[in-house]
Amino acid sequence: MPKRTDIQKILVIGSGPIVIGQAAEFDYSGTQACQSLKEEGYTVILANSNPATIMTDHTIADTVYMEPLTVEFLSKIIRKERPDAILPTLGGQTGLNLAVALDESGILEETGTELLGTKLEAIQQAEDREKFRSLMNEINEPVPESQIVNTVDQALSFADEIGYPLIVRPAYTLGGTGGGMCYTEQDLREITRNGLSLSPVNQCLIERNIAGFKEIEYEVMRDKNDQAIVVCNMENIDPVGIHTGDSIVVAPSQTLSDREYQMLRSASLKIIRALKIEGGCNVQLALDTDSFQYYIIEVNPRVSRSSALASKATGYPIAKIAAKIAIGMTLDEIMNPITGTTYALYEPSLDYVVTKFPRFPFDKFVLGNRQLGTQMKATGEVMAIGRNFEESMLKGIRSLDISGEDFYLPNLSEKTVEELTERLVKPDDERIYVLAEVMRKGMTVEEIHQLTKIDRFFLNKLRKIIDFELKLAENHKNFELLEEAKLLGLSDTQIARVWNVEVDTVYQMRKDAGLFPVYKMVDTCAAEFESETPYFYSAYEEENESVVTDRKKVLVIGSGPIRIGQGIEFDYATVHSVLALKEAGFEAIIMNSNPETVSTDFSVSDKLYFEPLTLEDVMHVVELEKPEGVIVQFGGQTAINLAEGLERRGVQILGTPLEAIDTAEDRDKFEQLLQELNIPQPQGKSVRQLDQAKEAAGSIGYPVLVRPSYVIGGSQMEIVYSEDELESYLAKTNHIKHKHPVLIDKYLTGIEVEVDAISDGETTIIPGVMEHIERAGVHSGDSIAVYPTQRLSTNIKQKCVDITIKIAEKLGVKGLINIQFVVHKNEVYVLEVNPRASRTIPFLSKITGVTMANIATRCIIGKSLKEMGYERGLLPEPKTVSVKVPVFSFEKLRSVDTMLGPEMKSTGEAIGRDRTLEKALYKGLTASGLKIPMEGAVLITVADKDKQEAGEIAKRFFDLGFNLYATSGTAKHLQSLDLPVSEVGKVDAEGKNVLSIIEKGEVQVVVNSLTSGKKPRSDGFRIRRQAVEHGIACLTSLDTAEAIVNVIDSTTFTARPAVSGKAVVL
Amino acid sequence: MKRLLILEDGTIFEGQAFGSSEESIGEVVFNTGMTGYQETLSDPSYCGQIVTMTYPLIGNYGINKDDFETINPAIFGFVVKEYCETPSNFRSDESLDTFLKANDIPGIAGIDTRKLTKILRKHGTMRGILTKANENISVEEGLSKLKNKEPLTDQVARVSTMKPYVAPGRGYRIVLVDFGMKHGILRELTKRDCHVTVVPYNYSADNILRLKPDGIMLTNGPGNPKNVPESIEMIKKVIPSIPTFGICLGHQLLALACGANTDKLKFGHRGSNHPVYDFETKRAYLTSQNHGYAVTEDSIKSTELELTQVALNDKTVEGVKHSKYPAFSVQYHPEASPGPDDTNYLFDKFIDTITTFKATLKEEA
Repeated sequence: MPKRTDIQKILVIGSGPIVIGQAAEFDYSGTQACQSLKEEGYTVILANSNPATIMTDHTIADTVYMEPLTVEFLSKIIRKERPDAILPTLGGQTGLNLAVALDESGILEETGTELLGTKLEAIQQAEDREKFRSLMNEINEPVPESQIVNTVDQALSFADEIGYPLIVRPAYTLGGTGGGMCYTEQDLREITRNGLSLSPVNQCLIERNIAGFKEIEYEVMRDKNDQAIVVCNMENIDPVGIHTGDSIVVAPSQTLSDREYQMLRSASLKIIRALKIEGGCNVQLALDTDSFQYYIIEVNPRVSRSSALASKATGYPIAKIAAKIAIGMTLDEIMNPITGTTYALYEPSLDYVVTKFPRFPFDKFVLGNRQLGTQMKATGEVMAIGRNFEESMLKGIRSLDISGEDFYLPNLSEKTVEELTERLVKPDDERIYVLAEVMRKGMTVEEIHQLTKIDRFFLNKLRKIIDFELKLAENHKNFELLEEAKLLGLSDTQIARVWNVEVDTVYQMRKDAGLFPVYKMVDTCAAEFESETPYFYSAYEEENESVVTDRKKVLVIGSGPIRIGQGIEFDYATVHSVLALKEAGFEAIIMNSNPETVSTDFSVSDKLYFEPLTLEDVMHVVELEKPEGVIVQFGGQTAINLAEGLERRGVQILGTPLEAIDTAEDRDKFEQLLQELNIPQPQGKSVRQLDQAKEAAGSIGYPVLVRPSYVIGGSQMEIVYSEDELESYLAKTNHIKHKHPVLIDKYLTGIEVEVDAISDGETTIIPGVMEHIERAGVHSGDSIAVYPTQRLSTNIKQKCVDITIKIAEKLGVKGLINIQFVVHKNEVYVLEVNPRASRTIPFLSKITGVTMANIATRCIIGKSLKEMGYERGLLPEPKTVSVKVPVFSFEKLRSVDTMLGPEMKSTGEAIGRDRTLEKALYKGLTASGLKIPMEGAVLITVADKDKQEAGEIAKRFFDLGFNLYATSGTAKHLQSLDLPVSEVGKVDAEGKNVLSIIEKGEVQVVVNSLTSGKKPRSDGFRIRRQAVEHGIACLTSLDTAEAIVNVIDSTTFTARPAVSGKAVVL
Repeated sequence: MKRLLILEDGTIFEGQAFGSSEESIGEVVFNTGMTGYQETLSDPSYCGQIVTMTYPLIGNYGINKDDFETINPAIFGFVVKEYCETPSNFRSDESLDTFLKANDIPGIAGIDTRKLTKILRKHGTMRGILTKANENISVEEGLSKLKNKEPLTDQVARVSTMKPYVAPGRGYRIVLVDFGMKHGILRELTKRDCHVTVVPYNYSADNILRLKPDGIMLTNGPGNPKNVPESIEMIKKVIPSIPTFGICLGHQLLALACGANTDKLKFGHRGSNHPVYDFETKRAYLTSQNHGYAVTEDSIKSTELELTQVALNDKTVEGVKHSKYPAFSVQYHPEASPGPDDTNYLFDKFIDTITTFKATLKEEA
């Protein structure tokens, strides 16, 4: 059926900031949807508060609103734009929940706006546990025994009926937030209570535990003509019990016979038909390992993380097709874009194996609870394609950027079998390495299967790799085995470790023999139809399908999995670089390993290599394509880290030379550079030895900032106030043993300033100078950034600009450079220089209209800024104030301290724009998910050094009508200021204490600063966690607190007597 | 042990031998199904063919006692990227390798199956030779062996039942003409309580009519439909008076019996993901297919047949019905196994056709 002509204007709702459970995949799906709708001639209005996305580019939709995703703001947009329809099923759970809320608010009826795609009723039927269960009963599809509860007591009485273990699943929460497995009554009480408070409808499902069943997913699509297909099925290597977002997943399923495959396919299609889904849908099923018994676990009536994965795994663009279905088209008339000759009504056939690995943030949150369960903890994922399982899996492992190019964690080999066995039973983020290690230590497949319930098929594959390592070790530098190793997917690094030789030796052996991979095409149809899609993966086979053209080409390296410190911002920059290269007439080739992103959409570049971002894998592409050079400055630290190796192997790095990168990263060279240019920086030293560290810190004077060099997002960076603290810091970082040194700097307080600039080596332009709300010491990625600056004098700002230009031109930067400053006692100090794309590129590009990555790319390929019409210096600044507000995923990460510091913790960002800073902040904070209270109470408990400042803030809260609570020390100080304050007991005190008032919802804001050192499980830690778990704003920086007071002040009124403390004279 | 696969255009693939170590000559085709290798191996329609699986990992869930489509596999050879030596599934009885050995089917593994598939797609189906394990022969020798071996024309006779037999039931009496029947077809009929008499492909029309069937089922089978002219004659005689349902080869034979023509496809349709558009229900379905020949669309125009279904992608004829007689047929496999059961309703349609036809007869009487 042809598309609808009764609608012209469509509002697409995005998914907002990136949090665990809702990441870049919705940028990919949203971007596809917008393009798909525009392609059909509709006017597209987009609402999304996440500036780091491609979808919020002005080229993707006709009109873009970067406003908070709340009913309040969406209603304004709808009233203003009067869209005929809303497409809500492509913006994740956020988009969907918002659509439901908008419908309930009555705004859609008022403006005559309809919801496209799957009907609201169907969405509710799929999402509401009770309705879903009764539908499944109606159509005879089995669901595990379960009960919906609204109280903890109901949960307990259900447990009495059917026994433990049980699973708790809160209704309408993201990525299984608040859910968990319960083995005891205590577990059940705790998890249910937490789940109920997190569920917007105060509802949880208590379910029989079917842990150990195979977990299988089907990605299905249906159109209004009731035609339905399966795009892809996937099998989780980990059985039911670990959230699918945290599981290692393979596509297609590997251990299902056709009867099982078809049985589950038919069930999935029956469900999508019963729900009358119009678009994409994800069905999760559990299959007994010993019979045909299966259960339906869950249905997501929308495009999801899994559908992004399925799209990349098969080549079938689910979101694009879902958008077309939403406007009334049917599968039999939509073309399959990958072949161009066949139709979308088709079930892709794969002739390769796809493996997805989750990427966890525990390299950052070392103290976090790393155990995996029903609540998702991964921040991102990687995907790998191979012609056999081992190859696919090993590629996936090296894409993770955790164990380098190897499949081996040295610290695990020191563990005993007992220790490792425990970790098999209670899986954590290092699961795959633990499995490998117990095999190395001799555990059998059968033993592991009994402990983990992982299918023997997968364990046997793993066994094969480990056994092969042994065989390899016994045959030093044997070429036949090298060949076999490459077929199995082992990296040169892994082989080199086993042989105890240098990587380059293995590489040379291969080079001499011409042992290189070929590239195979992803074409949805296993080569049955001709296809011209430029989407490739490597394999050690005969026929190479990647035809090398005679065009001039450039290879752009992406940023790999989304992780804390290296988020979607880098994908944004990568995509823009690719587009700029295409505009300039180059063949733009991209390499990346992240299935969630826009950059791995095969329609973005001229050629896409879906491969791990390691030296070996990049070299293979370089050797085939022979590009003019490689661009590494947009792919974050992952890409930058490749530069040295590439240059060593004779590859041209385009843009800023490696030497400049090295100068910026190497402490001594950097210091020398600044001295030469006469630019002040905090006094500092780089050391390699423990005793040197103490001496250096002593001579600089505490407090000092310590960190290892060459890391992402301030990993393991800390402010250290004494020698004791320094010692404990050094004890827990192992970097001192490694090649890269530890840096020790004087910690200076002051306003932090951040500058992003573009240089062609001769001319440097500065699209924007930003200041941070939080003083230096809080990681720039976790600070609220403000543009244009509000507190800097013209003089200081000019100093920043001048220094930026000096450094950029001295380093010979070609492309982007990011510099962070601290303004301390009216002097500008340079904190950090990053000669690459930074996190703030998309934010700045959007608010200034300067397409920074594009211009930088043109500089890289030899255009001068003068030719482009730019002159050296700061570009004009607009009046509108914009803020970038960090977004955290603390509620998903138990045992992680929410205290902000030099180490980055945020997973995403939101934008706020308006006429004044306060208005912009209000929007930004709201968009970030913070509820700004207009009345109520505030709990203040701060360290001694912060008491004075906290007093001022307390006074302002009080003036605005807030009640004050404080712990004894802080309370005393507040009393001394004549502020009425209720003193509450410490954490474990009887009666009213700091935790109980948070739990009972008696306070709306918590202001808490670090007492001393970094003791985990301290009182402060428990207060902060308590606030997070109860959804209460916990401000750990007094600057953030002050900013929020300013916002409240600007939107409410104070009660202040006209005259006070004086006798009234008549 | 090494083994070669040599195609008639001289392309040579070297891989590892598995299954039987004997030599085999056949038509090399590819199947895109990601699951269902056991059903494929045992589908008699593959008689005379060497089948390449495009999915690279085959044998993962082993071989079980339930999923056979015939007792004695008729396939001539099996080509895979990798076969699984340690299968894992609760029903698995043995590995692919031991099964092929026991059934004298040679296999080759470790070759670039995607390259092979692309060659077959571009050049069309070709004949090929799987050499004896560990035998070192030159391309020339292989090609001359190929040339000296006449292509098969008697595949149906090889796989059809020798004698009639009955699968009893209490419902409609169905005569199932076995051209190389997959068990799935019989299963669908007995599931509907039919009393099925399975007869050989060359059973005469008179003998069939003497069985007083309520309906006739023409099954799938291997090879060129024109190789069984006697069956075409039989069909001509039975369709005016008995509701008839044809599947795959049965569909082609019904079309030939009605005066249409068939032709060989370039590389055929083999897999579980072929979309077919049905003009009657105005919807498309995913179907399981295995055919190298097809009814030509032009040839239908001058007959009493109506085109009911086409392949969505290449518009191949996938279904016809007779405008006067209660006869219809589809090119694909509504019995699935392997593949999706989207078109399983066709068996109900067949039963309904019989019911309606009987009611009409009664009225006329």
